[in-house]
Order: sequence, then structure tokens, then C-alpha cells
Amino acid sequence: MAQGVFDVAVVGAGVVGCAIARRFAIDGARVLILERAHDVLDGASKGNSAILHTGFDAPEGSLELDCIRAGYAEYREIHARMNLPLDPCGALVLAWTEEQQAALPGLMAQAAANGVGDVEMLDHATLPALESQLAPEVRAGFRVPGEALIDPWSAAHAYLYQAIQHGAELRLRAELLTAERQAESWRLHASAGSFEAGLVVNAAGLWGDHVERILTGESWFQIRPRKGQFILYDKPAAALAGHILLPVPTKVTKGVVVCRTIFGNLLVGPTAEEQEEREDASVVPATLEALRQTGETILPALAGQEVTAFYAGLRPASEDKAYRIRADLERGLVTVGGIRSTGLSAALGIAQHVARLVGRAPGVARDWPEMPVLAQDGARDWQAPGNGGIVCHCELVTRREIAAAMEGPAPAQSLAGLKRRTRVTMGRCQGFYCSAELARLTEGRFTQPMLAGAVDDAG
Amino acid sequence: MMQADVAIIGAGPAGLAAAAHLGLMGVKNIVVLEREAEPGGIPRHCGHSPFGMREFRRVLGGASYARRLAARAEGAGARILCNTTVTALHPGPKLELTGPDGAERLSARVVLLATGTRESSRVQRMIGGQKPGGILTTGALQGIVHLNHQRPFRRPVILGTELVSFSALLTCRQAGIRPVAMIEPGARVVARAGAAVLPLLLGVPVLRETRITGILGRDRVEGVVIDGPGGPREIAADGVLLTGAFRSEATLMAAAGMVLDPRTTGPEIDVFGRLAESGYFAAGNLLRPVETAGMCWASGRRVADAIAVHLTGGLPCPAQGLPLRIDAPAIRYALPQILFPAGPGFHKTIQLRVSRPVSGELRLSQGGDLIARQPIRALPERRVTLPIPRKLGEGPLSLDIEEDA
Ligand SMILES: Cc1cc2nc3c(=O)[nH]c(=O)nc-3n(C[C@H](O)[C@H](O)[C@H](O)COP(=O)(O)OP(=O)(O)OC[C@H]3O[C@@H](n4cnc5c(N)ncnc54)[C@H](O)[C@@H]3O)c2cc1C
Ligand SMILES: Cc1cc2nc3c(=O)[nH]c(=O)nc-3n(C[C@H](O)[C@H](O)[C@H](O)COP(=O)(O)OP(=O)(O)OC[C@H]3O[C@@H](n4cnc5c(N)ncnc54)[C@H](O)[C@@H]3O)c2cc1C
Repeated sequence: MAQGVFDVAVVGAGVVGCAIARRFAIDGARVLILERAHDVLDGASKGNSAILHTGFDAPEGSLELDCIRAGYAEYREIHARMNLPLDPCGALVLAWTEEQQAALPGLMAQAAANGVGDVEMLDHATLPALESQLAPEVRAGFRVPGEALIDPWSAAHAYLYQAIQHGAELRLRAELLTAERQAESWRLHASAGSFEAGLVVNAAGLWGDHVERILTGESWFQIRPRKGQFILYDKPAAALAGHILLPVPTKVTKGVVVCRTIFGNLLVGPTAEEQEEREDASVVPATLEALRQTGETILPALAGQEVTAFYAGLRPASEDKAYRIRADLERGLVTVGGIRSTGLSAALGIAQHVARLVGRAPGVARDWPEMPVLAQDGARDWQAPGNGGIVCHCELVTRREIAAAMEGPAPAQSLAGLKRRTRVTMGRCQGFYCSAELARLTEGRFTQPMLAGAVDDAG
Repeated sequence: MMQADVAIIGAGPAGLAAAAHLGLMGVKNIVVLEREAEPGGIPRHCGHSPFGMREFRRVLGGASYARRLAARAEGAGARILCNTTVTALHPGPKLELTGPDGAERLSARVVLLATGTRESSRVQRMIGGQKPGGILTTGALQGIVHLNHQRPFRRPVILGTELVSFSALLTCRQAGIRPVAMIEPGARVVARAGAAVLPLLLGVPVLRETRITGILGRDRVEGVVIDGPGGPREIAADGVLLTGAFRSEATLMAAAGMVLDPRTTGPEIDVFGRLAESGYFAAGNLLRPVETAGMCWASGRRVADAIAVHLTGGLPCPAQGLPLRIDAPAIRYALPQILFPAGPGFHKTIQLRVSRPVSGELRLSQGGDLIARQPIRALPERRVTLPIPRKLGEGPLSLDIEEDA
């Protein structure tokens, strides 16, 4: 027996799936979101550089570029209404060798062709005025004022919450296992039950090809996970860089970035490492050490700064550079695959594109979620009365914030989910102080509990 | 803005001892600012004895020890504000704090930093692999077991063999947790021999010269990769317990741009427990990793004496201070970092730790003259003290070890 009949079923609650669900829900569709993990944002969207890209270096004339441009514009338009942060710090693309320097004019021309016309050339003499800590070896660069920092998780949560406010249903621990296309609709069998939907959107990220095979028996693209490792410095290091510091990109990767995060840390990464494994985002000490050295060649003052955390993310790259987006309306299927390394920026634009492919008239949002302020320079809850006191001392997360994250449209279902919603345990002590209090506050609240059990449990 | 004569940050043994002692000496308007819901610091969640021999002349459990320290401080007139986190230090001294009622400022004649210590995280130890749940420090384990009566895991591996590692082992035992192994990167167990028989009694193998090179498991720990004398291998475990490798809780100071000693990870103090920043003092485990509660309590009392003199304008001018240079590579740290020509202040000894087993002679010299010497035979993580000579001259000081051949 189907548990419900929906206009659209979105498979996968990464940032892309959340944005698509939002679009369809606002446009008036009955939306179902199937996510196989305990909580949302558990795939590629769990770790990235958190940059809102302008698209200045995206392939000219590509769908990716269109989606980034549209996503960028929509984010800027809506972020304030949802309390989402935007740090318009701008980026510097820096050349460290003669060869890289020679590539700068071409990149600037590409930026202009991509509609990012406000880039400015900078020479060796003007750079120190903009970034006083840059290593003197820097030769030249250009500035892209529009590049910005955002909160990668709050943004995606906001899209999801707004979808839910407009009637979307989220099913967690709901892995799509098999599917049958009937005359007018799909019958979807997931680990959480069976559902019926007119249209299916495959937004399964790292499992996009797998889900494509579930739906159609074959896949027209192959996911080739590409790992990116990062190191994250403690807050005092954030003062060392004002801009996002980008190298001249290569064909494979944007290269190692040095930039602040919206939460007031400084990150160095990512690497670009091809691998088979889709679940294993291991960090490797030797690689982290190399990243640390790369960071120090760009900003020498990073030497001796404390590292707070390291993490890795997996890009859902495919055998082709292009986004793998395709609609088969006959079959009621839209595939949104291979959203490699710009999905955070492009998500809202991808959602617009998918809605157009399907031919839905844009609706107008009735409700706007009000996201908690987590950005370092925002008005944080710990500064306000009635916050219940601080639980996580490093990131200054309050009891009231934790309580709120365990309620609302999509309550946290795991410690990882709670971290992404509140930042608990993400700071320098990595849970030395707050783990016990968190274990107490979250007892019985998560489908994936923090602990193995109570002391008097049997076994 | 709130006002205080003395504001103490941290209601652990050091901060509470200082509060009680200052109160008994007649200092009024003492506030202790504590971010936890109850005072007591680390001992509050140490389930085991012994605490309190030095302070109360009896053996107490951690929780009742913590309660008594707090009662003594309050009995002496100090106010303890719990659920109150200090978020920034400023010259003045002025503090920014926050509590359930939001942000607030406080101005004080003296600020005593007594924020204690914490164990290094996985990140600081550079352990690679995946990032599943179930990786804890002893501090977190003790809170979960003793304060919450919960069990974080059943079959963890324990990294480290310091004293605290064995207290972690005991905590595990009390909670019905059966560690799979204790892992020690060094050639020998770090804690004293007495503790080292414990794993033997409990049937927990101790793997020496072994490192954890990776952690396995996507959502929960499923095992670790270790590398030791037998080469790399995987062992199944459902948790990783990181013990020891203490570092000072000096975040506030780092954020305020204060000078930290890279050796201790804590502040630089003079023989009076003073910092370079006017009006700031420090005591307890914040100063260095790591001493027992009793030692921290004693250090709190000592600094209270110094603060009482400071409040009447009686301490020598900081400009007379003589920095102590460390020459021997085997000395991991030594403090106080700044001495005075007039000899000992309230710190009567130089405390130090070595980074490897050492035997020979410990030597303090000034301007080329040997002014104090003492035989030294020490292992890492064991306290070594050298009395500060009753009178020092002018000129730079240096500390060295002449090692036996
Ligand atoms: C190192 C790195 C740095 C990056 N930096 C940036 C950046 O600075 N700016 C930027 O814009 N982008 C950046 N990105 C890219 C961005 O993170 C990705 O493009 C984006 O997260 C992809 O999201 P997604 O929703 O397509 O996939 P995912 O986040 O992987 O979501 C797919 C979801 O589908 C679920 N799923 C899979 N199979 C099933 C099934 N059978 N049934 C139900 N659910 C299923 C998964 O559990 C998962 O939650 C970066 C990425 C990485 C890895
Ligand atoms: C896991 C662990 C186990 C230990 N076991 C033992 C043992 O069995 N026996 C023993 O003798 N010693 C033990 N120790 C050593 C312990 O550090 C000392 O016993 C003693 O607690 C140190 O006293 P203290 O006052 O310096 O610091 P702490 O007891 O650490 O107290 C510091 C206090 O400062 C507060 N604080 C910190 N920052 C702020 C801020 N910004 N605002 C407000 N408040 C703040 C903290 O919440 C804490 O309460 C252990 C240490 C650890 C970490």
C-alpha cells in the first residue's frame, strides 16, 4: 500500500535536493523527499569550502555557469529574509609563478565573458595593501569582488524548512530500493515504505548513478568520487586573511583555497583525490601536513597557529566535467547528477532550471523560515537573554539553540545533524567539555543515538 | 557594568582555593565566574578518590571534594556565579561575560585566570581516518558516566598511559565498559609503576611503541588501525578514548593576544603569579600540564597571598623581572618564567618537566655564574622542583642539565 501520493518525489536531501524540493513546494506541488541517512546533508553536502561562487571561472556557455549565476542571484535576493549570512569578502586569484601570471589576462577575459565584469587586476605593489599577510613571493593577481562566504548547512536547512512549510514531506532513513514506472506515475519502494509520485527527481549526489539504475535499469553517467581534505585553523587565524585566496585554477580543480569561514575560522583546502569509495571521507595526516605547508607558503603567519579540526568532503564528480542534468518527461524523471564542486552556489539555480524543464509556473513563497544566527559576527543567541546558558563553550552554543534544533520542521536526528544545525563540538576542544551535557540533552531524541546506552543497560 | 575587587575565572580547585583564601584575608567583593552549572572544576566528575588530603585532611570522592571547596569559598564571602562564561579579556582589567540572561561586562581590580586544562583532541594528535561518533577524551567519558550514568561505548581502545589514562580505565570498569587495549606510543608506560599493574589485573593488553594511525567507521567507530612492533593491523572497537596529552585552557588569552609560553601552552607568569598584562594573575593547571587537584589548590592559595599584597601596592615593579631561559633540550618546560632579584616570591620553586628520561645535574646560572645545582633523575610527566635561591643578582638566568655520560 502506498503511504501517500505525491506530485514530485525528490531522491536525496543534499543541498541540491533541498533546493529542488523548495522550488517545487513553493510552486504548489505536493513534494516528498526521500533521504536514506539519519539526517539530511549527510553526503557530499556535509563538507565543502562554503564559498558562494560568482561563476567567474566556470566553463563558458555551460549549464553549470547558468545555474551558478542564477543560484548566486537568488541567494543574494532571499538570504536576508531567512536570516542566512553572506560575507561579501571577495576573492583574490593569485599567481605565484610566471606561468600562472601569464594565465591571468585569459582568466579575466573569461570572467568578463561569464558576466562577472567587475574584476580588477592587481600587481605585486598593490597586493600588500589588500592582504598584508601574503607571502612576498606573490607576483600578481586579480580581485573578484563578488565571491562570498556563506553557511553551507544553514542555507540547505533553510531550503528544506521552507519546502516543509509549503507542505513537503521529509522521510529520513528512507533509502530508495526499487521503483516501478506505471502509466502515469512512479511507485517507489523505500526502506521507510512505498510511495507514489508523478515525477521523480534523482538528486542522489554520490549515489546518483546508482539511483539512476534503480529507476531506469541503467545509468548514462558514472560517479567518480573526488575527495577534498581540509584543515581548519582556530579563530585567531581568521584575522590573517580578508579575502578568499584562490590559486590560478587547473583543469581538474580550483586548487587549494585559503579563506575564512562564516563561523570565524580559517580553512586551507581542499585536495582533489579520485577514489572508488563513496562513503569513506578519511583524512590522511601526511596530506594534512602538506596542506598546512601550502597554507604557510601563502600566509607565512599561519605557522604556529592552532588547528581546530580537519575534515574531508567527497565531490560527486562524474566522468565528464559538465553537470549531468536531463529531463525525460515521458518517463516522469529528472536526473540531477554530477553536481561536482559548485553545488552549494548553484543549488537554487539548478532548482529553477529543473522547474523550467518540467514546465511548472513559478509560485510565490508564503512563508519564510527564520534561521538561527550562527555566523561569528552575527547577533548570536549567547548574547541574548533567556538563552538557558552555554553548553558548547568553544562555539558558544546555548541550551535554547540546542532545544530549537531538536524541534522545528526537521529536528536533528544525530550528533552530526545537531552539529550542522548549531555548531556544537565543532570548536577547538572537539567535545572535551560539552559531550556529557550533550549526551544528557539528546538522550532519547535521536534516531542515531550519541551513545551506546545507559550504564545499567544489559550487556 | 558589574564591579569586583577580585574576579576569578574558573571554579576549580585553584580558583576556589584562591577565593576562600582571599576572603579569609579580608578581601571584599570577590566573584568567581564559572561556566558550568555547578562549581568544582574537573574533580566534580572524577568518580574516584582520593581527593582532599592536603585541603581537608581526609580522603574524599571528587564530587564531595568539589562541594566542600565551593562551600569554603562561599563561607569566606566569595560569590560564585555559575552558568557564566567569560568570553573576552580586556585591559583594565575588564571582562566580557555571558550567562542565561545574555551578555554583560565586569570591571575588576584584579583578575585571576584559573581556567584549568584539557586533553588534546584527535585533531591535535593528528590521527587520521574517518570521523565517526564514539571518539572521546577522559573528561568527556567521566562526565557521561559519573554525571549522567550513561555509557558511551562498550569495547573502546584507550590511547595513552598517563595517570589519567588509568583513571579512565577505572571509570570504564565502573560503567561495565571493557576496553580492548591500551595503546602507548612510547617505549614505556608513562604513569608510575603502581598504576601500570592495573591493566594486567583487568586483563587489558598494553601495546607499547604503538600508534593509532587511522579510525574506521562512518557513523560509529568500528575499529582502529594501529602500527607497532608487529606492523600495521586493524583492531575492532566501538570507541576511541583519548587520554592525557594535556594542554592549557588558554583560549581566552590567545584571543586577547596575550603572550603564551609555547612550552607549557599556558601563560607566562612571574614568581608572584602575575602576567605581563597589568592586574592579571594565573594559577592552577592553566599554568602547565598537569598537576593534581591538591597542587592546584595550593597554587591558588599562593597566588591569593600575592594578590592580597598587590591590592595594597606591595609587589615589586614588573620591570625588575628576570626572564628564565631554558638551555637543555630535554627540559620540556619550566615555570615561573620570570624571576626577581629579590629571590623567591610566592612561587618558591622552579617547577619543570623533562621530555625524555634524564639523569645528571640541574643547574641554574646567572650571567655565567652557577647559582643553584641539584641532582636530577627524572622521567617524563614526573614533577621536578628546584628551590629558587634566596637572593639572585642582576643579569640573565638560564636553566640547564649537565647529563651523565
Ligand atoms: C571538498 C569540496 C569543496 C567544495 N566547495 C564548494 C564551494 O566552495 N562552493 C560550492 O558551491 N560548492 C562546493 N562544493 C560542492 C558541493 O558541496 C556539492 O556540489 C554539493 O554538496 C552536491 O550536493 P548534492 O545534493 O548533489 O549531493 P549530496 O549532498 O551527496 O546529496 C545526495 C543525498 O542523496 C542521498 N541518497 C543517496 N542515495 C539515496 C537513495 N537510494 N535513497 C535516498 N537517498 C539517497 C544521500 O544520502 C545524500 O544525502 C564542494 C564540494 C567538496 C566535496
Ligand atoms: C579528565 C581529567 C581527569 C583528572 N583526574 C584527576 C584526578 O583523578 N586527580 C587529580 O588530582 N587530578 C586530576 N586531574 C587534574 C585536574 O586538572 C586537577 O585535579 C584540578 O581540577 C585542576 O584544578 P584547576 O582549578 O586548575 O582547574 P579545573 O578543575 O579544570 O577548573 C577550571 C574551571 O574553569 C572553568 N572555566 C574555564 N574557562 C572558563 C571561562 N571562559 N569562563 C568561565 N569558567 C571557565 C571550567 O569550567 C572549570 O570549572 C584530571 C584532569 C582531567 C582533565
